[in-house]
Amino acid sequence: MITLEINGERREVDVPQDMPLLWVLRDVLGLTGTKFGCGIAQCGACTVHLAGVPVRSCLLSVGSIGERAITTIEAVGTTANGMKVQKAWLDLEVIQCGYCQSGQIMSATALLDTIPKPEDADIDAAMAGNICRCGTYVRIRQAIKRAAAET
Amino acid sequence: MPNHRGSTNPVVASPVCDEFRKLSRRRFIETSAATVFVFGFSVPLRASRPAAAAATFAPNGFIRIDGQGDVTLIMPQVEMGQGTYTSISMILAEELDADWARVKVEHAPADEKLYANPDLSIQATGNSNSIRAFWKPLRVAGAATRACFIEAAAHSWHVSTAECRTENSKVIHDKSGRTLDYGSLISRAATVTPPKDPPLKDPSIFRLIGRPLKRLDTPDKVNGRARYGIDALPPGVKFATLAASPVLGGTVVHVDDRRALAVPGVRQVVVLDDVVAVVGDHMWAAKCGLEALDITWNDGPNAEVSTDLIWSQLRSASLRDGAVAKDVGDIKKALGADGEASSEVVTAAFEMPLLAHACMEPLNCTVHISPTSAEVWIGTQVMERVHAAVAKAAGLPESVVTVHNHLIGGGFGRKLEPDMAYSAARIAKHVDGPVKVVWTREEDIRHDVYRPVYHDILSARLEGARITGWKHKITGSAVMARFLPAFFQKGVDPDGVDSAQDEPYDIPNRRVEFNREEPPGIITGFWRGVGPNNNVFAVESFIDELARKAGQDPIAFRRAHLDKTPRLQAALDLVREKSGWGTPLPARCGRGVAAQIAFASFIATVVECEVDEAGEVKLRRVTSAVDTGITVNPDTVVAQLQGGLIFGLTAGLYGEITLKKGRVQQSNFHDYRMLRIDQVPQIDVHLIKSGEAPGGIGETGATASIPALRNAIYAATGVALRRMPVDRNLLATKHT
Repeated sequence: MITLEINGERREVDVPQDMPLLWVLRDVLGLTGTKFGCGIAQCGACTVHLAGVPVRSCLLSVGSIGERAITTIEAVGTTANGMKVQKAWLDLEVIQCGYCQSGQIMSATALLDTIPKPEDADIDAAMAGNICRCGTYVRIRQAIKRAAAET
Repeated sequence: MPNHRGSTNPVVASPVCDEFRKLSRRRFIETSAATVFVFGFSVPLRASRPAAAAATFAPNGFIRIDGQGDVTLIMPQVEMGQGTYTSISMILAEELDADWARVKVEHAPADEKLYANPDLSIQATGNSNSIRAFWKPLRVAGAATRACFIEAAAHSWHVSTAECRTENSKVIHDKSGRTLDYGSLISRAATVTPPKDPPLKDPSIFRLIGRPLKRLDTPDKVNGRARYGIDALPPGVKFATLAASPVLGGTVVHVDDRRALAVPGVRQVVVLDDVVAVVGDHMWAAKCGLEALDITWNDGPNAEVSTDLIWSQLRSASLRDGAVAKDVGDIKKALGADGEASSEVVTAAFEMPLLAHACMEPLNCTVHISPTSAEVWIGTQVMERVHAAVAKAAGLPESVVTVHNHLIGGGFGRKLEPDMAYSAARIAKHVDGPVKVVWTREEDIRHDVYRPVYHDILSARLEGARITGWKHKITGSAVMARFLPAFFQKGVDPDGVDSAQDEPYDIPNRRVEFNREEPPGIITGFWRGVGPNNNVFAVESFIDELARKAGQDPIAFRRAHLDKTPRLQAALDLVREKSGWGTPLPARCGRGVAAQIAFASFIATVVECEVDEAGEVKLRRVTSAVDTGITVNPDTVVAQLQGGLIFGLTAGLYGEITLKKGRVQQSNFHDYRMLRIDQVPQIDVHLIKSGEAPGGIGETGATASIPALRNAIYAATGVALRRMPVDRNLLATKHT
């Protein structure tokens, strides 16, 4: 048994130590908001926060997590920046198919947590790991700036 | 844990009770013979008056209203990001005069009678035609339903229908100040025979259409609640992943599954003729199990197929004469040797590579087969084909197969194929209980239905600044011949010549030929932009070369040949103004233009780029001017352009699938690259107001940006690229 703290709750899972967090969330716990995109940390669709840091859950083995708290898209809206990002995403109608957007929102929220007023270069650095096949990048950039401007 | 069982397909949580759903479904079935024909498409209108009316009012396949006045709209086209659920709902709600705040949407079930796309004749979403094809039928359905409410209210008030009007799901009688909610009228409305030809609103009084309303599908996409096919978790579901024969047409010779079965969580290995799947308690077990398998394949007849072979066959085939798609004037004379001495004939060939779709949601399908029925969870562009494919694989009649459609994590044409459902059902036949089959990204890239390779030869006679003869021969796959064979006539594939046989330039002598040549060892299909993707690239690249030969400005040259197409001229004028066309640029920077009529939209696009000495291309700015007729939701049009332009730029800069020994060589996003946010410049989209019929928009950006990029590189470097993707070696000034 492995104990994980996910979205403020302690969850016990009976899975192999080397199993990536992505599949524990999706297939064992039914938290399907975190998406599978590539399995090799190339696309960012599976991004979650581990102790506040954005990580690719497709390569993060659950056995390595320990006490660190996990936040997923299902709960990111309970944080101040997560809520701002979600609102900006809807205000600017960023989303198209939406499949990558859980990861985009997690990366964007983590960016605002570390850099409250990001410049374009900060956005590039924080978001270049998240692929959007629909091509919503122009609005993602605008929405991050919008969220950062919210007080 | 979400429960995906049940007969409804709610997108937004809906209180609709299963019983109501069944009743209204039965009503559709009972009354499907009573139809009117609108553009050759049967809009089901109710003729009988079943008792079910007390529960909900469902006068056609698209609208259901309950006693509380909640309006449920059933979506005949699928939502894969293009915003169509919102646009379709806006059209229905506009003519229905429904309260927009109380509109909910639901995925349509598999039902070709009710939901076939009028332009495609099957229940499919593609070719950027959701709004074009359903514009009239949806308006009629909404208006006819509204007429039922008016008649019901007028009857209960004993007043004439002419004295009643509607607004926000209410019938209003101004003279007496009385109002009745739609919800309170459903029983009476169900006794009214909906008019077959109800009056439609004049666009000047549209209340919803033309406004940038918020999308209905996005609130659940910011918090993880939206459900895609890959999120289906029916009770007791097991998880599987698969390996298909690495070479198309290959078969399994032997599988050693001892190590796989020892992986914790692995339950079962399913071996089919051409596919091996591992079933487990979760995807991780299935993945580890698959990696632990030792599979011996017989590669079959395509074992030696390579990219070189595909190209050499295509180029040889391009020497043949093609089937004639268009023949105007006298092309032989126009391109013959006895032309004006001052004129010249210019010829060039252009090529497009194989491309994968790489939807962000990898291919998947969940299937539960029992001896007497089958249930399917998927996100698909072809509900009825999935329905049929699963029935076939399961050996069951279609009547006992239920398909639940979902939001789609990117379609781009890949989900116009039912292959993932067919293989999932073949696997599910061997599994006790439901099984979710998820392809790895590697399988998804390597077993795609690829955008075809094309080889286009263009010749033109240039007399001064005027094109007097034009011949365009397209050699490539006939995708329609496989997908909808009835549309493939006399050797001409209507998709293959789309935006070529009807290219916009006014040229007196013109011939367009199509030459079908299917590449070996690979299946080809629709990819965002479909036929126009190739043709707009070839035409717009060639026009740019002709403009340069004629010593003309590329926009002025195009414009001079568009006197009969003022909508495209206007788009060119606007893009010239907005893009800063003609203003000075630094060295190795250039602007390229592309003009197109594709999917009945008129679009001009300018890409501005810089090419460095290593041949790397940096995008600086993209500007599009768009006339797509009446826009249902202008913000959606802008979003589709922005995204579509990036989709095309991605292909132009990186996209190419190659084969060696029959195997696709790319596998994931490290070697099949996508544009990322740090590479994407400012993109400005300008809409031109128009009262013309709506055009298509979902694919237009993809077709526009590839030639505009190519022409920008031409302007920046003088290098006339003739094939995509961009070859950096041809652009580099310093070779390392």
